[in-house]
Amino acid sequence: MLDSALSVLRMGRNLPRLMEGLGVTLEISLVSVALSILLGVPMGLLMASRRPLAPSFLRLYLEFIRVMPILVLLFLFYYSLSKFWNINLSALTVSILVFTLWGAAEMGDLVRGAVTSLPRHQWDSGRALGLTESQVSVYVVIPQAVRRLLPGVINLTTRMIKTTPFVFFINLPDLVKVGQQIVEVSGLRIPLASVWVYGTIFVIYFLICYPISILSRYLERRWQS
Amino acid sequence: MKKTRFFFLALALAVMTLSSPLAWGVGGDLDEIKAAGKIRIAVFGDKPPFGYVDANGEHQGYDIYLGKRLSLDLFGSPDKVEWVLVEAASRMEVLLANKADLVLANFTVTEDRAKQVDFAKPYMKVYLGVSSPKKAPITDVSQLSGKTLIVTKGTTADSYFSKNHPEVKLLKFDQNTEAFNALLDGRGVGLAHDNTFLFAFDKENPGFVTAIDRLGPEDTIAPAVKKGNSKLLSWVNEEIVKLTNDKFFERAYQATMAPAFGPAVDPKSVLIDKLD
Repeated sequence: MLDSALSVLRMGRNLPRLMEGLGVTLEISLVSVALSILLGVPMGLLMASRRPLAPSFLRLYLEFIRVMPILVLLFLFYYSLSKFWNINLSALTVSILVFTLWGAAEMGDLVRGAVTSLPRHQWDSGRALGLTESQVSVYVVIPQAVRRLLPGVINLTTRMIKTTPFVFFINLPDLVKVGQQIVEVSGLRIPLASVWVYGTIFVIYFLICYPISILSRYLERRWQS
Repeated sequence: MKKTRFFFLALALAVMTLSSPLAWGVGGDLDEIKAAGKIRIAVFGDKPPFGYVDANGEHQGYDIYLGKRLSLDLFGSPDKVEWVLVEAASRMEVLLANKADLVLANFTVTEDRAKQVDFAKPYMKVYLGVSSPKKAPITDVSQLSGKTLIVTKGTTADSYFSKNHPEVKLLKFDQNTEAFNALLDGRGVGLAHDNTFLFAFDKENPGFVTAIDRLGPEDTIAPAVKKGNSKLLSWVNEEIVKLTNDKFFERAYQATMAPAFGPAVDPKSVLIDKLD
């Protein structure tokens, strides 16, 4: 049993290929998570602000991204842009773009939720102590909002990592797709190949996502005391 | 307003940085392929023996064998190909959206598809077949009357038997693997599918034989290009005729399909002997 497992992974460049697939998965998820945080924070602050126009526009954007399946967005940017407007983006670019659009929208909503969930008197008390508007934000609102934000951000990050396999529908060989290629080629000779290859992929995803959860739990506990 | 402007600036910057690898223009035309110094061919990555990626990460299979030859004849080297991996469902889209110049992905010619893309001359053909246990081989369709035959839903085999042989009881499955497992379990006297699938199955399961290997209408497999890409189409057509006459496809069969199908299979059941 174990022998056949090792033989599938040892055969040729199978293991390095899985790692290359992992590289694609990580590149898409890490870059788009970083961009999502970068774009999502100002977006969330805008949505929480009482300016009349910006929040409704962002609201529309958020709702649009929410109702749109990721797969449709990927197809839209990969195939339709090229077909109708002759804008030919590479599969990797499209993946990062779509995951960022999605991540930024969700992130913005998380930030908006965290900021608006703070009781009104936090601002009022800050101002009563003589702090300026920006000092209230930096010293009072943001530190508290970040704590409330953390569980949601961790959840979003792992969700984005686990959604990356969709990119193989636009012909980008990520970790799961490479695994599938290996299974299809060795499946006839090694009947248990699928179990071992997908098992390995399971462990890899676990190893990526679990430390993120541990980190969030650690931070939550530290900030509580 | 400052924050809003910053936000849109950041968004615009992000979009611009991301879209910088605007790799190709209109593309796909033969002159443009020559100018680019490489041809983009869409192939399968997980369908042995037609198109797959081997353990070393190299593209292999019958379709790839042809793709490399086309590159050799165009550029003098078999390696001037940019392989674009496709799924069965996206074979048409990659051409329409100009993600590939040519599709070599076991693409069966049908009327509906020919409305969307231009097919070149065929380089392979496929019939239906019926695989059955060697102990009780099905050599003629008449033996199936009143018996249970296994098929995969939505395949040519399914529609062919439903339409032309209502006397045969069909047991339908969603997935190929389920259907083949049902045959192994003896839940039907035989299994009908594209003959190429059956040959590969028989090779792995020596108790079975495809005693009917050419049934129903002949379907052909051909390269496809974007509709209206006439220069590339006529060049591919010339190549296919030349290569057929050179017996190139027999060598391709021996190199790629024979190891998967075994010696029992007659290459004539998948190869095209003459083109005009």
